[in-house]
Amino acid sequence: MAVELKSKVPTGPVSDAWESYKADVKLVAPNNKRKFKVIVVGTGLAGASAAASLAELGYQVDAFTFHDSPRRAHSIAAQGGINAAKNYQGDGDSVHRLFYDTIKGGDFRAREGNVHRLAEVSVNIIDQMVAQGVPFAREYGGLLDNRSFGGAQVSRTFYARGQTGQQLLLGAYQQLARQIGLGNVRLFNRTELVDVVTIEGRCAGIVTRDLMTGQVASHAAHAVVLATGGYGNVFFLSTNAMACNVTAAWRAHRKGAYFANPCYTQIHPTCIPQSDETQSKLTLMSESLRNDGRVWVPQNPDDNRSPDQIPEGERDYILERLYPSYGNLAPRDISSRAAKRSVDSGRGVGPLKNGVYLDFSDAIKRLGKPVVEERYGNLFEMYERIAGENPYDVPMRIYPASHYTMGGLWVDYELMTTVPGLYAAGEANFSDHGANRLGASALMQGLADGYFVLPYTIGNYLAPMLNKPIPGADHPAFKEAENAARQRFDAYLDIKGTRSPDWFHRELGKIIWDYCGMERTQQGLEKALSELPALYEEFQKDLRVTGNGESLNQTLEKAGRVDDFFQLGMLMCRDALERNESCGGHFRAEYQTDDGEALRDDENFANVAAWEWTGDPTKSNCHTEALEFNTVHLATRSYK
Amino acid sequence: MSHHLSNLTLKVWRQSGPDNSGHFESYTIDSISDEASFLEMLDVLNETLIGENKEPVTFDHDCREGICGTCSLMINGRAHGPERATTTCQLHMRKFKSGDEIVIEPWRAQAFPIVKDLMVDRSAFDRIIESGGFITAPTGGAPDANLISIPKPVADAAMDAAQCIGCGACVAACPNGAANLFTAAKITHLNVLPQGQAERYKRVEAMVETMDEYFGSCTNHGECEAACPKEISIDVIALMNKDYRAAKFKNRKELSRN
Repeated sequence: MAVELKSKVPTGPVSDAWESYKADVKLVAPNNKRKFKVIVVGTGLAGASAAASLAELGYQVDAFTFHDSPRRAHSIAAQGGINAAKNYQGDGDSVHRLFYDTIKGGDFRAREGNVHRLAEVSVNIIDQMVAQGVPFAREYGGLLDNRSFGGAQVSRTFYARGQTGQQLLLGAYQQLARQIGLGNVRLFNRTELVDVVTIEGRCAGIVTRDLMTGQVASHAAHAVVLATGGYGNVFFLSTNAMACNVTAAWRAHRKGAYFANPCYTQIHPTCIPQSDETQSKLTLMSESLRNDGRVWVPQNPDDNRSPDQIPEGERDYILERLYPSYGNLAPRDISSRAAKRSVDSGRGVGPLKNGVYLDFSDAIKRLGKPVVEERYGNLFEMYERIAGENPYDVPMRIYPASHYTMGGLWVDYELMTTVPGLYAAGEANFSDHGANRLGASALMQGLADGYFVLPYTIGNYLAPMLNKPIPGADHPAFKEAENAARQRFDAYLDIKGTRSPDWFHRELGKIIWDYCGMERTQQGLEKALSELPALYEEFQKDLRVTGNGESLNQTLEKAGRVDDFFQLGMLMCRDALERNESCGGHFRAEYQTDDGEALRDDENFANVAAWEWTGDPTKSNCHTEALEFNTVHLATRSYK
Repeated sequence: MSHHLSNLTLKVWRQSGPDNSGHFESYTIDSISDEASFLEMLDVLNETLIGENKEPVTFDHDCREGICGTCSLMINGRAHGPERATTTCQLHMRKFKSGDEIVIEPWRAQAFPIVKDLMVDRSAFDRIIESGGFITAPTGGAPDANLISIPKPVADAAMDAAQCIGCGACVAACPNGAANLFTAAKITHLNVLPQGQAERYKRVEAMVETMDEYFGSCTNHGECEAACPKEISIDVIALMNKDYRAAKFKNRKELSRN
């Protein structure tokens, strides 16, 4: 049954939309909030901030994480910073400019209303996090410092050394911990969502699996928030943490939540290249490094001299040459493709010729080593630990890697999915970054959703439900979902094949990377769509999971996640195949300008592709939400 | 260029559950690239074990970039292994040589019971934070961020302490199983900041006393500082002790007078 995709953005000027929404929104009185139970799945920036804020308001909150502690969520690994339109530098920033930069950076494929709200509340986030004790970098006078990031011509990024995500997550986690200590939030750690339950068209709760005991259990609630991150690990090698997965979003999708723009994935330009065949993940080096590092490759593909022996005239500073006005701070998708083309043309550097240089020697000459150390010291140390080379002496080698996924569960202005009562926040939803996310905007969006959007919009849904009974966890629909989950996990154990979940994951990742990675073609995607079902069939026949389902079993956990990645991977390729244009992170080789830039087709594709589950991941139904641009003018994105 | 290490002997602690007894099991790694990380070496071992229809070794890990604090492991008796300021996930095989015997154990501390094999339960850390490791600042009412001027040295000191990743190496390295470095890092982060002053004494009292419920006592061995992958200084313990003593005498009605 198709659902109408109504964005619910209030009519009128986009700059007034959020104020007008808040003026009309239904409220739940303080003494009635405790009558409502809200489930929050995931405890990263979006989940922890949502759970803490909802509990502060008085709702009963149950929070779920598959980690041992909420503080482990992968938000913690974000390095560079968080954007906010504070204009503390007086360099021409404003809410409108952050809004515009985000829409443009996303290649005009995001919803204006959501993005404007994001830019508006960005300033509140900084205030909130400082009040909580996040130690952002300061000037000597005691005021906050900023730096600039890709895709912006102002300095609006707040940072805490190279560990901004860590400090923000610890801030949100501490707020959550306070609510746990007060008894307002019940935390279920090492517990994974395995299904979403809907009853009479509404989300009624979730089914979970206790990772320590294998026990499957039901949890009923008035509303459920999924803040479960992105699906970048579909590539196997990515900058995501090992456990990041699509399961929660995918299980919701199978229960009626439309999945939007799955082909919009971000390949981050500055990661450490793969070094050998045992590689389990790729490590990101913060984009902030591009403030002072210069990207180059030798002009001559056969130049095997060490970098310091290659004279200036024989180097190609690719980004400075191609994009003079943004230079090394061109947006991520553009910088990634420039690196890929250099490597594809045989000019890659390093033992496997699979990277480009990011060179700090000019910065060290200009600023002195102590300043460079102050800015990037911990990143340089991290690089040296991994690559075994000292970037003060030898240029870093970098190459793009899967990093973030702009696609996700379709949500309206209230962050509600197509299933009433089921919300998606942070990277798990699709809403704010269009086809490409700007640096330092993921932290901003996670906290915006959790602190400043959901606490308003959930009340609007709950208010009419006051004093009306909801189905309990003993409802047959829960029992049915529990049984299905038990059977699914038993089935993985019963296959008794020969290959591990990791083996299948690696093979899946290769197909997705080759055909649905940085550059896509019709032919490649069709090939992927013929190979994937075959590999998936093999997975279902030849999987081997050792151990049992009644105790801690990491191989079994992994099997469930890989299963969902397979299904998502097919949808990703399908989405990429049907979007006959290039935009942001979705680059179809057939659709490019004469100088190799993404060529959009606004007439046919200025829309959101929202996919409906039909039971077969290769035969999902596509619905579209037209994107209306009333405030910004659709323009060709140029960073030249 | 990468090289390969050959003939490594791993002695790995295997324990099927919290209530079972454990033992060391020996495994041989015939060949591994020196570019592989330590945990990738364990991935290879686990793939081999699954291939032999044996249960792989359970260990905690996630981000594999040294920031989430999930990974642990005593490697040859040292928390996070031989490299200074480096978590297990960032340790690479180039720090070992062919023929090495490597002993791999879980964190050893009473407050961190073993869950399975190399995985332990560190939730006692969360109890400490829940008791007071926060600044009470409900969502919504915060003043403009630049209203609170924070001298750079203060912000830097807070950040130095706030870098703690909560991995528990300090506890594992301590002969007493004390959590003073962890707790003091958390307290220092908040207690040096202007925003943290209102709850400064309440915080230190609650957190120290919760810590004492679970963990051993500090006797100034300094092993924690040596093991800390984020190089947090034991100076933070002195600061915690100072604030704790002060908390016991402070007339909190006069907190805003100085």
